[in-house]
Amino acid sequence: MSRFTKEMETRAFELLALYPEKRSATIPLCHLAQEQNGYLTEESMVQIADLVGTTPAEVLGAASFYDMLHTEPVGKYVVGVCTNIACLLQGGEELLGHAEEKLGIATGATTDDGMFTLEDMECIAHCDHAPALQVNYRFFGPLTNDGFDALVDDLSAGKLESEVPPHGTLSRVQRKHPIAVPLEEIVRHRRDSDAKEGERLAAKAATEAKEGSN
Amino acid sequence: MTDSEKKLKLTVNGKEVESAPGEMLIAAAEKAGVLIPRFCYHPRLEPVGVCRMCLVEVKGPRGFTLQPACYISVSDGMEVVTDSEKAKKAQDGVLEFLLANHPLDCPVCDKGGECPLQDQTLTFGPSESRFVEEKRHFEKPIAISKLVYLDRERCIQCDRCTRFAADIAGEALIDFEGRGGALHITTFPDKPFASYFSGNTAQICPVGALTTTPYRFKARPWDLEQVESTCVSCAVGCQMVVQSSENEIVRYLGIDSEAVNQSWLCDKGRFGFESVSSAERIPSPYFNEPSGMVETGWSQALDAIAKALKSAEPESVALIGGSHMANEDIYAWVKLTKGVIGTDSIDAQLDDGLDPKIVALSDRATIQEATQAKLLILMAGDLREELPILYLRIRSAAKKAGLKILEISLSETSLSNEAEVSLRYFPGYAEELVNGLFGAEVDPQFFAGDLQAARALVSSVDPASVVVVGARENLADSSLDPERAIAKLLDSLVGSKFLSGLRRGNVNGAIDMGMVPGLVPGRGQLQDGNEALKAKWKTLPRKVGRNSREILESALRGEIKVLFLVGADLISDFSDSALAEKALGNIPMVVGIDSLSNRTTSYCSVVLPATAFAERHGSTTNIEGRVSTLGKKLVGFSLSRPEWMIAVELAAYMGEDLGFESLHDIWGEIQEVSQLHRGLSIAALGAPGAKEGIVVPLSASKVQISNRRVLDPIATPGITSVGVSGPPSSSAAIPGEGDPVLSESTYSRQRSKLLELLAHDDRAKAGPEADNFALVVSKRLYDHGVEVMSAKHLSELVVPSKGRVSPKGWERIGLNGSGLTRLQGNGASVELELVVDPSLLDGVVKVEFDGALGEVSKLFGVENSTSRVKMEKV
Ligand code: SF4
Ligand code: SF4
Ligand code: FES
Ligand code: FES
Repeated sequence: MSRFTKEMETRAFELLALYPEKRSATIPLCHLAQEQNGYLTEESMVQIADLVGTTPAEVLGAASFYDMLHTEPVGKYVVGVCTNIACLLQGGEELLGHAEEKLGIATGATTDDGMFTLEDMECIAHCDHAPALQVNYRFFGPLTNDGFDALVDDLSAGKLESEVPPHGTLSRVQRKHPIAVPLEEIVRHRRDSDAKEGERLAAKAATEAKEGSN
Repeated sequence: MTDSEKKLKLTVNGKEVESAPGEMLIAAAEKAGVLIPRFCYHPRLEPVGVCRMCLVEVKGPRGFTLQPACYISVSDGMEVVTDSEKAKKAQDGVLEFLLANHPLDCPVCDKGGECPLQDQTLTFGPSESRFVEEKRHFEKPIAISKLVYLDRERCIQCDRCTRFAADIAGEALIDFEGRGGALHITTFPDKPFASYFSGNTAQICPVGALTTTPYRFKARPWDLEQVESTCVSCAVGCQMVVQSSENEIVRYLGIDSEAVNQSWLCDKGRFGFESVSSAERIPSPYFNEPSGMVETGWSQALDAIAKALKSAEPESVALIGGSHMANEDIYAWVKLTKGVIGTDSIDAQLDDGLDPKIVALSDRATIQEATQAKLLILMAGDLREELPILYLRIRSAAKKAGLKILEISLSETSLSNEAEVSLRYFPGYAEELVNGLFGAEVDPQFFAGDLQAARALVSSVDPASVVVVGARENLADSSLDPERAIAKLLDSLVGSKFLSGLRRGNVNGAIDMGMVPGLVPGRGQLQDGNEALKAKWKTLPRKVGRNSREILESALRGEIKVLFLVGADLISDFSDSALAEKALGNIPMVVGIDSLSNRTTSYCSVVLPATAFAERHGSTTNIEGRVSTLGKKLVGFSLSRPEWMIAVELAAYMGEDLGFESLHDIWGEIQEVSQLHRGLSIAALGAPGAKEGIVVPLSASKVQISNRRVLDPIATPGITSVGVSGPPSSSAAIPGEGDPVLSESTYSRQRSKLLELLAHDDRAKAGPEADNFALVVSKRLYDHGVEVMSAKHLSELVVPSKGRVSPKGWERIGLNGSGLTRLQGNGASVELELVVDPSLLDGVVKVEFDGALGEVSKLFGVENSTSRVKMEKV
């Protein structure tokens, strides 16, 4: 079931209503689809393309730009080990190597049981806890090899379910009360500033013309 | 003074350059003869500034800084340096960077030898790379459609192909996937790059990342020979170069003609070249005897035809076809049939067009005028299927310049999204709808759409600034209804202009030359007489003749003794193939003149081989009336001859002299007898300034012929690299105004009411009926016609015809899930797949015409009323 469910479809339409241009809803809708299916299925990209009035290739193009959008199936937990400068100095590379060993997969792959996907990350802004990692975008660190093993064991045993929800549910686009975009205000503001700029240019041209004729 | 006329001045490398506001620096510099290197910049695409190849120094408040010349517009007093050490270092660096991941497989790359990456690396780049790491790897070329291959390793991510697909063609079927070092072009899984315009991406790709299947490994650029020509696959008349190697055509490339195709070609035009070397070419004349095909010589064949003509009354001789021929061929055949034999029953249209009087006697618009009109009224079906590049031009004008469109059609078209208002009508009710547009009451059950808005739209503009594009949308209905609707539009909107939507190759030229009943060369009417003609022609037909449908109908009554079929594959192409089949069996002498064997040649008594495109010189006329030249690149195949020569020789066998021996002679005579072409000398047509062709009639006083195109080797690699080398030179521009090779035109005509020239439409009409559906049959780009089927790679794109019904119709037939339906009408029965189309009115079924399969065309007989079919689910 990879197209939007009825309930999700309602949320999709709410999202679409937020934007003056339908295409602007592409990324939020991708998150929504990911929330439903864990990753972006082909069918959901086709459906999103229909909803925002573009082609599936363009949805894929946009989605594939972002690391947080997955176009391949991922595990319940996406573990992202930071290998950027601060973590690197604190052993981030070694931690990643250990993680590969512990999970038995290469970076980028998913465990056979569908529990873990391992990724390497650029700075996740948790440098003060280097070496750091994220699980479904929740921060952990600093981590030793043993600390990593314990974390993985806890996740596998379901001990962290309340802290780390399954991948995809992080969706930041669900709003109980959609914010009203003050469209008129924005338009009015633009018009005013355009008018001001016009006046400024006209005044400038007038002075220049005067100077020119002198 | 408007903004665009305002001149401003800047200096480039110390030289003063004039420019206009809004112009990009790279273009302004180019005009001044300074070629700034570039990859992503293309004069016909929106700038993106992604490749950074065009970095130059521009003076700003903080002194000179490096800026992308393709992404900043000029300003007054701008100071630019393109050849400083700093600029050179930047260009050098960008190239080293672009080459870091480039596979450098030039020896096995189709682009090698005409590649902007090679050329610019040589001119601007480093000689060595410092990059020693492993390059990125992808699977070597993958087919992203049946026509285009993608080699992702060669791609330099310039965004040209993707911008073309999204912005120009309007179908973003390819896009970038990934980011940074992983960025690559992709299609969506299971959604290939199936666009009618896909070949253009390979044409503009600045490296060998995109290549086309028909050209792959066919030739090396330095072995190619080329000639400029005009595409005649449809009547847009796109300008292109024909390139050959070893007397075989291997490629067409679009030329950037401002007036017509602005660089682009559609895939049907671009890849149609394969039919020239098709195995179906006819090598020599032959008779079809009861025992089978008997090859013969030209003299025996012509002699037999001449004998048959001798014993036939003029009225019993007829000709159908000829719309693919050059103007000169057409004139020769018109003179032979109308001026020597004395029959007026000749018709270049296959009952799929309009009354030629509408085309000949209305004031005509150019494509440019249509795209700049205050209001464009479309009554022409789906232009993307019939005149693809005209569709692109109109789409761009709507998207970029806000062209207002009013669409009147039977169902949704590719331009419906661009239209301000779309009106739909029930088959047979176009005239009523147009009357409604000008205030008459309409019966709402025959129409859909916002008529009020349409009325407001029409009355909001000056009628003289309206252009109407007209064509035949429905083959299953008589042409009278759309004709009257178009005539009514043109008559009511005083001063409006008409852009012909007739699509067959040179059919508009055929009308100008009188290859239709009732007209004579020069858009004149037969009954009006023509002194110049009388001086040159032996005779003139006594009365207005029959059109192609009438010719076939009278053949059923035994009234036709000799029928010439000139490039007319009636069995595949005539809208009523059942009639064609019966009629052909009832004519004693059917003469087939064709370059390709087809389903109709087996019905001919004698078949004469004609030369094909690119095997002859001549000129052709497009939808605007633009006369442009056809290039000859190949020696004619086997014993084939150009059609004009066949006419001259046949006349000789009849003991007559057509009075010309060369194309020049013919053009000379055309100028004498046709007011329309007066002043348009051979010298004018061949002038460098006239490469885009010249629209007839020439305007009364000074004639403006456009400047010589500058062929830009980086915008369209492959054109100038063959034969001409070096950067585009601005000195190639030759001003056309007052060009001495053009003399004044004397063409003038009283514009009469078109509607009065047409018959009344007094057929019994009916709206939706409970037990049947009104049939709409429309053309599509790739059908089973011989033109597509004889071009190997195009033939693979043809899919079975589909049908469409409204949601209510779908329910009425009881369809669910599968749409397989049996259609019955006119004594025939056809099975096809239906899909739901909410834009269709209830009670209508729309089916795609299917060329040689001919099945669909058996469903209708159009004489009396709108064709009806019964439908049941299978
Ligand atoms: S495939 Fe060619 S045109 Fe497309 S982005 Fe790559 S280099 Fe540019
Ligand atoms: S639009 Fe017509 S003239 Fe232009 S390339 Fe296509 S078939 Fe040829
Ligand atoms: S470098 Fe690892 S979190 Fe910033
Ligand atoms: S950035 Fe200017 S040509 Fe590419």
